[in-house]
Amino acid sequence: MNATAESYTTEDGRTIGPVVMEMKNITLRFGGVEAIKDISFDIREGEIRAIIGPNGAGKSSMLNVISGFYVPQEGEVWYKGSRRPSMRPYQVAEQGIARTFQNIALFEGMSVLDNVMTGRLTHMNTGLFAQSFWKGKAEQEEIANREVAEKIIDFLEIQAIRKTPVSRLSYGLKKRVELARALAAEPSILLLDEPMAGMNVEEKEDMSRFILDVNDEFGTTIALIEHDMGVVMDLSDRVVVMDYGKKIGDGTPDDVRNNQDVIDAYLGVAHD
Amino acid sequence: MAKPLTRADGPQSVPALLQRNATQFANAPAYREKEYGIWQSWTWAETHDEVQALALGLMNLGVNEGDFVAVIGRNRPYLYWAMIAAEMVGAVPVPLYQDANAEEMAYVLGHCGARFVIVGDQEQVDKVIEVQEGLHQFEHLIYLDPRGLRKYDHTTLHQYSHVQDQGRAAYDEYIKELERRIAKLDYDSTGVMLYTSGTTGKPKGVVLSNRNIIETAKSSSDFDGLRQTDDILAYLPMAWVGDFIFSVGQAMWTGFCTNCPESAETMHVDLREIGPTYYFAPPRVFETQLTNVMIRMEDASPFKKRLFDYFMAHARKVGPSILDGKPVGGWDRLKYQLGELCIYGPLKNTLGFSRVRVGYTAGEAIGPEIFDFYRSLGINLKQLYGQTEATVFITAQPDGEVRSDTVGVTCPGVELKIADNGEVFYRSPGVFVEYYKNAESTADTKDAEGWVATGDAGFIEEGSGHLRIIDRAKDVGQMADGSLFAPKYVENKLKFFPNILEVVVFGNGRDECTAFINIDLTAVGNWAERNNIGYASYQELARHPQVMDTIQSHVEEVNKSVAEDPMLSGCQVHRFVVLHKELDADDGELTRTRKVRRRIIEDKFHDIITALYDGSKSISTETEVTYEDGRKGSIKATLEVRDAKVVPVARKMAAE
Repeated sequence: MNATAESYTTEDGRTIGPVVMEMKNITLRFGGVEAIKDISFDIREGEIRAIIGPNGAGKSSMLNVISGFYVPQEGEVWYKGSRRPSMRPYQVAEQGIARTFQNIALFEGMSVLDNVMTGRLTHMNTGLFAQSFWKGKAEQEEIANREVAEKIIDFLEIQAIRKTPVSRLSYGLKKRVELARALAAEPSILLLDEPMAGMNVEEKEDMSRFILDVNDEFGTTIALIEHDMGVVMDLSDRVVVMDYGKKIGDGTPDDVRNNQDVIDAYLGVAHD
Repeated sequence: MAKPLTRADGPQSVPALLQRNATQFANAPAYREKEYGIWQSWTWAETHDEVQALALGLMNLGVNEGDFVAVIGRNRPYLYWAMIAAEMVGAVPVPLYQDANAEEMAYVLGHCGARFVIVGDQEQVDKVIEVQEGLHQFEHLIYLDPRGLRKYDHTTLHQYSHVQDQGRAAYDEYIKELERRIAKLDYDSTGVMLYTSGTTGKPKGVVLSNRNIIETAKSSSDFDGLRQTDDILAYLPMAWVGDFIFSVGQAMWTGFCTNCPESAETMHVDLREIGPTYYFAPPRVFETQLTNVMIRMEDASPFKKRLFDYFMAHARKVGPSILDGKPVGGWDRLKYQLGELCIYGPLKNTLGFSRVRVGYTAGEAIGPEIFDFYRSLGINLKQLYGQTEATVFITAQPDGEVRSDTVGVTCPGVELKIADNGEVFYRSPGVFVEYYKNAESTADTKDAEGWVATGDAGFIEEGSGHLRIIDRAKDVGQMADGSLFAPKYVENKLKFFPNILEVVVFGNGRDECTAFINIDLTAVGNWAERNNIGYASYQELARHPQVMDTIQSHVEEVNKSVAEDPMLSGCQVHRFVVLHKELDADDGELTRTRKVRRRIIEDKFHDIITALYDGSKSISTETEVTYEDGRKGSIKATLEVRDAKVVPVARKMAAE
């Protein structure tokens, strides 16, 4: 396992760093149901890591373990070289892990800009008192954070809807705003829960482009869950395949595509 | 007000004008662009520094005098500077349409033999890289927005700001040479080369000299009293001659400020924030805005709607007269002012027209009611007639003589004559130098005395002296019985209906006229929504029986109005289809400036045309379409052919 500490360069010239997060023998139970059974895998710095699998395979549960929403009964999460104690989600966010949700979780009544600004929350330090008077430090802080938010709005090309209330946006745009909010936190790991679900082909293409650009431009490590196999295979550097809570494959898209267990899980097996 | 500037001894090139502005208007804003939600601005002095740094950087990269430098991207100050910097170093700037596909781009880049290409972003970089194999003279590519380009091979690829940095670093080395090159530029040196969109054949490179640019900018600025404090919004394609003259020619001459929107989608918001004082838009933009206003008024509360209707009716009655300075009764004036307070003022503010002093529309005919709507609000919207070869201005409407059916009187310095076949010819200081590497076409268009054929048929109206344009000269034909066939005349009448986006009328050399129609998805879609009619696509909506009925009634109405003109009564539309796809520039059916390419459409849809004439009730067809990313697909459809009532006309007009 020495290879995990080294960096390497991919075919298209991106540098993939050493392991930044490692899941060791994670098991998660809800009462008697084992959602995740003894799964181990790692995420390297700067890579796009996909978790795929049929419905109910435990993908979202896995993501929730990473984001600290679920605490596994067994196993360890290692982050940046040390074992992570059990944490609340906001503590995980402060560590630089941001996420989007499968069912969009934006503040519907607020404008796009305000939603993106909420992503900056972990970067704001002034207290309630300073904020209510707003002059001086609080004002400077808001200006600095607004600048970051505006750069992300520009990056994701949502300038035209900057002041539009989120409730008036289409589904595809809401997904993009959610990505913007997650990016505003300037995360070191970005977790995307089915970023393309329910999108049309054009929206999927846009979203894929943005995911690649985010990874390229900001060097963000991305872990994503996705149903659309085509998208996953094109986007990701390495793929974990889950089925019934178990890991049945792990490797490059090509490895996974040729893995018999994976083919069986997706296409079904004929029982004699 | 700008001080009157003498011409003979004044600046003789665009770079010289920039130098003049940098001293004369040093601290006045020259360019603004909205970026990261804030309007960033540059004064004339700052602009001069930026342009100079780029020019030095270009010299550092090896741009020689006489080279061609292509510029591709959306309207951004940096790209306008690139054009000026190119001219500074003695090269010829060639702006290209940013939505051109790789193939079209390859033709233009190959034709002018561009050694350098300056582009906006990755999308354009990719297109140029895709075609660079076939371009022998191409050497360096400079890009503005580094996003997504970090991994690209940078041996011949440079970031705009780096080129500027290198230019600043090499200041001492190149400044003498740069000054020498600028001093060498005069009225006869080439200022820009613009490719015409070309309704037929390959695009042609129109060479415009500094004389063309500066003389035209000067006389047109005088004509409308443009001044240094004016503001314009630059949002039309940079490759189009109009944008070049407004955003470079006139901006340089008068020293007004050019504002660039944040992105194409935010244009309307940006327009409102800037509130330009001088504004240009093709009729389509005005149409869209009016449609949007009307759709939103439908949803307004009854009280607001009544207020709107009441005051708009009043505005239609007296607004244009007030604008033209004609006598209007005191009571009407007072009521108009009240309307201004309640309706017109807020509406103009929403549209971004609060400060418009001079507004122009051109390129296509504008519907009379659309035109009157804006004028009745007190917006000084006028029409002009021009082309690339004339450096835009041929005729324009002076204040106080504005009508929707003429294109105005000759601009200062322009002479006009009408040939026997009705074709309009002009001669002016703005007349282009030549078509690049195309002496044959140059000779066909421009005669030895400098008269240029417009290719449009028209006549000068008795009394007012205004020019009226009927149609493209080559499209004007004869019906089988010898009567006049002017398709554009009928098409425009049909296109004035908000439900109809595009029309192509056929009938040259035939017994009767027929038409292809494209519905306007916004207007018809809105109607469908109101009437609970579900549809999934353009195609589905287009063949809805009720939509067909509506279109039929529009056609019949137009037939009635066409029949009233004895010369053109033969052009009534007997049969029509609503096409299954929107005509599109990507499929070659329209030009990039959205003009119909008749020959190509006739070829492509010949089966439908046959059906229009052989009396069939419907036609099944399959059409190839090109998606925005260049992939191809096809659409299958069965179209219903409808007959429209025509007004019988006594065919007394025998053939000539």
